[in-house]
Amino acid sequence: MAREMMYADAIAAAITEEMQRDANVIFYGQNMGMTERDPMLKKFGKDRVRLAPISETAETGIAIGAALTGLRPIVELWMSEFMLVAFNQVINEAPRLRYMSGGQVKVPVVFKAGFGFAAGWAGQHSNCIYHTMMGIPGLKVAVPSTPADAKGLMASAIRDDNPVVYLHHYMLTLEKGPVPEGELIIPFGVADIKRAGTDVTLVATAWMVKKALAAAEQLAAEGISAEVIDPRTLAPLDVPTILNSVKKTGRLVLVDQAPRHSSAAVVIAGEVAERGFEHLKAPIKLVTALDTPVPYSEPMEKYILPDEGKIVAAVKTVLTGQTVAA
Amino acid sequence: MPEQHLGNEGMIWMFTQMVRIREFEEAVKRAFIEHPGAIRGHAHLGDGAEASIVGTLSTRNKNDYVMPSYRCHGYPIVLGTPMTGMMAEIFGRKDGICKGFGGSMHLADPARHFPGTSGIIGQSIAHATGAALTAQVKKTGQIVYCFFGDGASKQGAFFESVNMAAVWKLPIVYVLENNQYQAYTRVGLEDANCMAGDPLSKKAEAFSIPGETVDGTDPVAVSGVVRKAAERARAGHGPSLIETRFYRLSAHGNVITVPPLPTQFPEHEAIAVYGNKAEFQQWKEKDPVAQFRARLIREDILADADVAGIEKVARTEVEDAVKFGLASPFPDPQEASNYVFA
Repeated sequence: MAREMMYADAIAAAITEEMQRDANVIFYGQNMGMTERDPMLKKFGKDRVRLAPISETAETGIAIGAALTGLRPIVELWMSEFMLVAFNQVINEAPRLRYMSGGQVKVPVVFKAGFGFAAGWAGQHSNCIYHTMMGIPGLKVAVPSTPADAKGLMASAIRDDNPVVYLHHYMLTLEKGPVPEGELIIPFGVADIKRAGTDVTLVATAWMVKKALAAAEQLAAEGISAEVIDPRTLAPLDVPTILNSVKKTGRLVLVDQAPRHSSAAVVIAGEVAERGFEHLKAPIKLVTALDTPVPYSEPMEKYILPDEGKIVAAVKTVLTGQTVAA
Repeated sequence: MPEQHLGNEGMIWMFTQMVRIREFEEAVKRAFIEHPGAIRGHAHLGDGAEASIVGTLSTRNKNDYVMPSYRCHGYPIVLGTPMTGMMAEIFGRKDGICKGFGGSMHLADPARHFPGTSGIIGQSIAHATGAALTAQVKKTGQIVYCFFGDGASKQGAFFESVNMAAVWKLPIVYVLENNQYQAYTRVGLEDANCMAGDPLSKKAEAFSIPGETVDGTDPVAVSGVVRKAAERARAGHGPSLIETRFYRLSAHGNVITVPPLPTQFPEHEAIAVYGNKAEFQQWKEKDPVAQFRARLIREDILADADVAGIEKVARTEVEDAVKFGLASPFPDPQEASNYVFA
C-alpha cells in the first residue's frame, strides 16, 4: 500500500519513526525546538530534541562524541554550506575515528542538510558541494530524489553505524510522490532505474533526476528511448548498475547540478571510462553547471544550470556524433 | 583539606601513577635514540603534566569518561590500559591497542571510558562535550573529564563547546592544561587574557561558569579544585573550567623531519626558540614528580625504600612494555582495508 507524501514530510516521518523505534536517536540543531509547541519536542521531550546555538563545529563535534558513547544523533544543519564551517569534524574526524581506533569505536551520526537551492539564494546558499564528501573513506552520502527514496534513505542513514551526510534537495521539498506504508528501508549503494530505456543511459541525482525524466519524455516523443538511473547515494556509489545500463545502451550522458570538476558526474564518467570502455559507442557526455558561483538574478541563475533542453541536446549529440546545441 | 579526602592511600596512589607516567614518557623519548625508526610521525609527551593528570583523575568515579588531546599517553596509564598495548601501538605493531591503526596521537581504550582523541588541536573538546551529552540523555550519572592545552583554548571549538555545555548544563569538567607553550609559541604571545595579566581560567566568565586556576605541579591542590568541579557536574549544575598551571618538560614533540632523516626530541622551545635557559631551569626545579616524592618522604607517608620500590616497579613495567612492543609483529598490510566502515 502506498500513499502520497510530500518530500519534506517523508523525511520528517522517517525521523519520527526511527526516534520512536530507538531511544538512542536524538535530534538537534539551530532554530528547532525553541518552544513547547514544536511537535518533535512534544513527542520526544527536551532531552532528545534540542535547540543548538550557531556553533557548527560544536554541533557536529558533540554529535560525534555522543555517537562514540552510545547515542545516535541526527544534526539538523539546514544547508550543506554550513557544514563547511565545521568541515574538520565532517571530513577529518567522524570518518576517521573508527579506523584510527582499530575498530574499537563507531560513529553513528547523521549530518542532515538541504542543498542546491536554485531559487535566488545566490552564491553561498545554493551550492552542490557533495564532491568534497563522496570519496572520503568512512563517510556515506545520500541524495534522494523522491519522497519514497527520501524516507527510505533517512531510515537507513539513522540505522547505519557510520557517519552519513544526508543531503535533501531544497527544490524537491514540496514534491509529492507515492510512499509505501510502514517501515521503509532503502539500502545505500543501490541505484534506482527511474525509467527503463534502450538508446542512451542518463544518470542524474536529486533535482536533476526530475529534469532528466522530463528530457526523457521529450526524447520519447521523438522516438529516442532514454534510461534514467538515479544513484540515490553518492557514497557508496552503485557503479555496476550504471555499467550494466551502458552495456545495453552504449551511450552515457551524466547530468549534475554541480560545476564540472566538483560534480559526481565526472567521477562516474571516470569509473565508466575505466570499467566500461568496451561498451561505449560514443564518448561520454557531461551536462553540468557552468564554472561560476551561483548568481542571484533569475535569468543568470537559469543560464548556468542544466535543464531539459541541455540534456536533450546532449543525448542527441551522443546519438548522432554531431554536436547539437541546446 | 584535600589530603583528608585522599588519605595516605590516595597520596601513595597518586605518586605511583605519576611515576608510571614519567617512566613511560621517558622511555618513549629514549626510544627515538635507542630504537631509531620504531616511532614514526609525531609523538607528544606529558612529562611535567603528571600532577595535573593524576590530581584530576583522583576525583574520578569508576565509569567517568576521560577525553584528552593527542598528547594522550598519561591518561590511559592512570585508567589501567596495559602499557604493553600502548607501547606496541606507538611502535605501530599489531598488538597495539589500536592494532597499529592510530599511533601515538590516537590511542583509544573505549572499554575503559577513553573513547579516543583528535590530532587536530581543540576538536576533541567538542567530542568530550558530546560524551557528556550521552551521559545526560541516558541519565547514567557519569561525568566527563575533558583535557586540552592552552593552545586549544584559542580554537573556535573550545568556545562553541563550552557555551553549549553551559547552555545544556552538561556533566563535564574542562581541564585547561596550561603548560605555557602551544607547539613552539609561548602562551603570552597569543592569549589576550595572559597578555592582560589574567589567568586563562578567566575565559570561564565568557560563559558565566565557575573558573579556577590551580598550581598544576601539586597533585593535591589539583585534586582539591577539580573535586569541586566534579561534584558540580555530578549534581547537574553543568560545566566548570579549571586551569592547571605547570610546564611541559620536553619539547612539543619529536622534530618534524622528512624520511629518510631521523628524528628525536630536540631541546625544549624555551631554549631552542627563545634562548631562555633560565626559564627552563626554573620550571625543572618544580618538577612535579620530584616535588611530590619529597613531600611524601617529608610527611612520613612513604619511606625512601618504599619510594625506590615504587619507582623500580614502574621502571620494570615500562621496560617490559618496550620489549613487548619491539617484539610484536607488524600488522599484515592487507589489514589496512579493515574498519573503514562499521
